Amino acid sequence: MDSPPITTAPTEVQLIDDSEEFRTLRRSFRSFAFPVTIGFVLWYLLYVLLSCYAPGLMGAKVVGHINVALVLGLLQFVTTFAIAAWYARYADRRIDPPAAAIREAHGAVVHAPRESAE
Amino acid sequence: MTLLASSATEHRGITMTLFGLFVLATLGITVWAGRQTKDAADFYAGGRGFTGFQNGLAISGDYMSAASFLGIAGAIALSGYDGFLYSIGFLVAWLVALLLIAEPLRNSGRFTMADVLAFRMRQRPVRTAAGVSTIVVSIFYLLAQMVGAGTLVALLLGVNGDAAKRWTIVAVGALMVVYVVIGGMKGTTWVQIVKAVLLIAGTALMTVLVLAKYHFNPSELLGAAASASGKGAAFLEPGLKYGASDTSKLDFISLGIALVLGTAGLPHILVRFYTVPTAKAARKSVLWAIGIIGVFYLMTLALGFGAAALVGPKAIKAANAAGNTAAPQLAEVLGGGAGTTGGAILLAVISAVAFATILAVVAGLTLASSASFAHDLYANVIRRGKATEKEEVRSAKWAAVAIGAVAIVLSLFAGKLNTAALVALAFAVAASANLPTLLYSLFWKRFTTSGAVSSVYAGLISSVVLVVFSPVVSGAKTSLFPDADFHWFPLENPGLVSIPIGFLAGWIATLLSKDRPDPAKYAELEVRALTGLGAH
Repeated sequence: MDSPPITTAPTEVQLIDDSEEFRTLRRSFRSFAFPVTIGFVLWYLLYVLLSCYAPGLMGAKVVGHINVALVLGLLQFVTTFAIAAWYARYADRRIDPPAAAIREAHGAVVHAPRESAE
Repeated sequence: MTLLASSATEHRGITMTLFGLFVLATLGITVWAGRQTKDAADFYAGGRGFTGFQNGLAISGDYMSAASFLGIAGAIALSGYDGFLYSIGFLVAWLVALLLIAEPLRNSGRFTMADVLAFRMRQRPVRTAAGVSTIVVSIFYLLAQMVGAGTLVALLLGVNGDAAKRWTIVAVGALMVVYVVIGGMKGTTWVQIVKAVLLIAGTALMTVLVLAKYHFNPSELLGAAASASGKGAAFLEPGLKYGASDTSKLDFISLGIALVLGTAGLPHILVRFYTVPTAKAARKSVLWAIGIIGVFYLMTLALGFGAAALVGPKAIKAANAAGNTAAPQLAEVLGGGAGTTGGAILLAVISAVAFATILAVVAGLTLASSASFAHDLYANVIRRGKATEKEEVRSAKWAAVAIGAVAIVLSLFAGKLNTAALVALAFAVAASANLPTLLYSLFWKRFTTSGAVSSVYAGLISSVVLVVFSPVVSGAKTSLFPDADFHWFPLENPGLVSIPIGFLAGWIATLLSKDRPDPAKYAELEVRALTGLGAH
């Protein structure tokens, strides 16, 4: 077994896993990460499918030599940046504080001395 | 070849000097880092002391390979809009890493991807599978970079003949082994950081020069590119490269899926998340990487369309049929053209940046694969967890030498392979063999050892077999064996079929297996992954 003994006994970990605080944290994480992932993968697939099967739409001019295909491609960049920023904000508020509270409550604040290195 | 060959001799001295400076500086860093490398955490994870920003730069350095810099610029210059499609997949992929992988991996693993997969499974079978797939993915990627290096040197330095290519491959291989053996993760990370800064600076300079020629009006640049391409408006629309037939459209969809799901399964990217102290720092490194890589790909648009407009497809194709030298050719034109001092200098600078790029990426790949060999296969499978840290690190160094040697020998024989296809294949294998198991391990309570092992092998074998029987290997003019034809799989990229196989195999094998998942271990993994409680 490679993973070293963790500071809390297994039974205690199961208690944490079952606790209301942890379940709320897990729900906060999953209710953001899972739907958003499905969303951006579908949005990307839509873009790929349009590129393959809707040449007329994609070739339509918007301004000057800039067409729908280029605008949609750049929109993929914009949504990627936006989702990243959105998640950063969400995690700061809804994931980091409860995670830190659970770490502290259970006495194994493994990273406390190193946190400043961020 | 004409455009480059005429001035190759003039700038060769400058290129060699600049590249020599890069090698000397990075070797200096490597020796310095080596002195500070004392235990396994230093060697594999750089002491976990990098900041989110530093690691974000290093991730960008690992990710922006020569295939992105030279390959995408060339693809845009020759195929217009279809070349741009690559960069979108390469960027969007980072959201998978950000939302699902980076933080839980940082918290629950130690040095390798297999640490997470084996957390609650039987160690030996899972580590064997993950180690094998790590090494296979890394070797495909290494081959792509090293074969590319050989071709590039011949083209950029105007040195013709196979001997020059062979010596380049051997030199690149030897240097990457030196970086890894002496500097470990700390040295390799600093090499990536230096390279990322150089690459971004070089690309930004060229982007500004290109845009300046068109009054900073992108529409004007696009118009000039479209008319110089000889294809008119079609050059700016999807379809030039992938729109030819139903098969090529499916191939494009397959490639798109492999790109978007492959990144979060690339071993040399995954090990980067261990170099920071906390999950939050891992998140920050991905955020920085998304910003840096995104801006870089936007700039390759300017380089690609700029090369189409200013160099022209004829001159690009004459130098290299795949367009790999479009960016350096553009540099020469931007500097004042062939025969001018400015042209020679800018061409030399960009060529040196391209070499630095290749060298840094191969070092990262060698480190990831030798770490997996030592930590997963040697320490936990062969020695059954009884090896000391010293023995483990020593075996990692020997593994780096061995993997370097294998990569050099394979590259010498694989000189004809298409580098873009090799990179896409590495992404497809990573997406089929690594990503399904990672996701199931982290998020599916019922997942078992049989599921993990089946998912890795099914994804790995199906993707490799489909490629062997695809037009990449036989049956087409561009194949590895153009004279033979034993292909029956129509697509060049296997992802469309092999990724679902990887996911399905893990799911079905779990349902059919008699293994009982250990609820206590899953609770431990879940708590550790989300809170960092007990993390290294």
